[in-house]
Amino acid sequence: MSTFAIDTRRHPAAVRERRTWFDAKALLALPGLAFMTLAFALPVILLVSESFVGPDGLTLDGYRKVLADDYYVGIVGNSIKLALITTGTTLLLGYPAAFALARARGRLQVILFALIFLPLTVSIIVKTFGISIMMGRNGIINWLLVNLGFIERPIRLVFTEFNLYFGMVNVFLPFMILPLYSVMRMLDQRLTDAAASLGAGPVYTFAHVTLPLTMPGVIAGVSLVFSISVAAYVTPSLLIGDRFMTMSQVMAKAYLNIRDFQLGASMAVVLLTIATAIVLAASYLARAPGQSGR
Amino acid sequence: MGFCWVVLVAVLVFLFTPIVIVVAVSFSPSAIFAFPPDGFSLRWYHAIGNADSLVASVWLSAQIAFLATCTSLTLGTLCAIAVVRGLVPAGKAIATFMASPLMLPGLVLGIAFLQAARGVGLRDAYMTLLLAHIVITMPFIMRTVLASLSLFDFTMVDAARMLGYSYPMALWKVLVPNILPGFISGALFAFIASFDNYPVSIFLVDVRTKTLPIQLLNQLEMSPDPTVAAASALLILGTIVALIICDRFVGLRRMASM
Repeated sequence: MSTFAIDTRRHPAAVRERRTWFDAKALLALPGLAFMTLAFALPVILLVSESFVGPDGLTLDGYRKVLADDYYVGIVGNSIKLALITTGTTLLLGYPAAFALARARGRLQVILFALIFLPLTVSIIVKTFGISIMMGRNGIINWLLVNLGFIERPIRLVFTEFNLYFGMVNVFLPFMILPLYSVMRMLDQRLTDAAASLGAGPVYTFAHVTLPLTMPGVIAGVSLVFSISVAAYVTPSLLIGDRFMTMSQVMAKAYLNIRDFQLGASMAVVLLTIATAIVLAASYLARAPGQSGR
Repeated sequence: MGFCWVVLVAVLVFLFTPIVIVVAVSFSPSAIFAFPPDGFSLRWYHAIGNADSLVASVWLSAQIAFLATCTSLTLGTLCAIAVVRGLVPAGKAIATFMASPLMLPGLVLGIAFLQAARGVGLRDAYMTLLLAHIVITMPFIMRTVLASLSLFDFTMVDAARMLGYSYPMALWKVLVPNILPGFISGALFAFIASFDNYPVSIFLVDVRTKTLPIQLLNQLEMSPDPTVAAASALLILGTIVALIICDRFVGLRRMASM
């Protein structure tokens, strides 16, 4: 490349030809960029501005409703609680699982990886359907509980919060494991061995060597799972429905049933703000000095 | 370490139980979901053939996912080339912008599309769905194609040009074969994301134009019988086949890391 570049500099005609090519090639970006501006950026901007428009012109009524009315504040709280419990549980389960996955060798690791990956490609609706069958009166969970002697007769599990959290963790666990795994794979086992040979116990080694080094994976997994579970719609509405309203369910109802567009748009902006804040905080944390495993 | 292995096995059992249950129920002879199952039958698979709306929705979803993936492959790849080659100013910002629909909550996107479509008077559900799904699939294409393009040596395109190919032809003959793995994995993810999408589509479908996830959920709410399980089992089978084919081309781990 460099030799040709030097050559062209000596020939004005060639330089001119390069220039025209430069312009023409920059146009490659144009169709995609124009499409995304019209079909994505503009609608989102319109949605945000819609949240400030009431029946009589500009107003903050939508936000007053969402952020001051106890009912809607409770719903925002529900969504955050759901996301926190889901994120916490997936982290507790996912961290050791990802660690074992990263320590597996050769063919076994490929198979284990494929097994974690496959559920991710199965439709959420299919999985949620499977979970509601499991939770039924004749389902496997009741069957287990009765046969293990925990309960006398089948209990109602469908449309309970237990059912909801079980389903959320099931659906979002792979999203926690994969980022953790991609960091842990790079972890040099000699570091933990060195800590052990210097007399550190397993807990000390974990707290002072393994955890700090795998922190980028934790940040990536936590922010990913939090931002998708705070916005989850299909799983909560199938597994618990109106008994546990979330922001997403309010938005869907506002647009599809009660036709209160300002309420829906304001809720959407609140949700958008939470999700964006998490992503930005994570990218800030990942860059902060002292956290780097790189 | 032993503890970690126990958790990994437990996690795998936990992840697979709902999937295995759906497949098991699809072979159940009765309409009541029972565990353990009380026999074996294929009647629910025969029932799929009679469920016209289900078949129609599979066909619609496949069309939308295919067209959306092809469109964003074309638009996204062209844009990614311009970004990687530094042909446009603020390339990094452009790449982030093109991939950002992935970061927004699906319902928010859906509502935004719904309002915009109403605003410009776009009433055709098929067209609205297609445009929205191009936006949904774009981030998957951008991320994978950008990743594989940044590993590509562009002097090979110059070499092909010197040997007499036109610029588009050089891209087609040299660039495309080299970044094919990125194409395939990006396209697979994009297709799945579109085929599976619920939160955006729910705002854009109408009575006659329903994508598969919407149709499945409607059926679950109206008349939950194992036909849905049978359809789901076929979907799972299709996914496994697609993954195996892509594994042959790309390698699963490489795919997931993109």
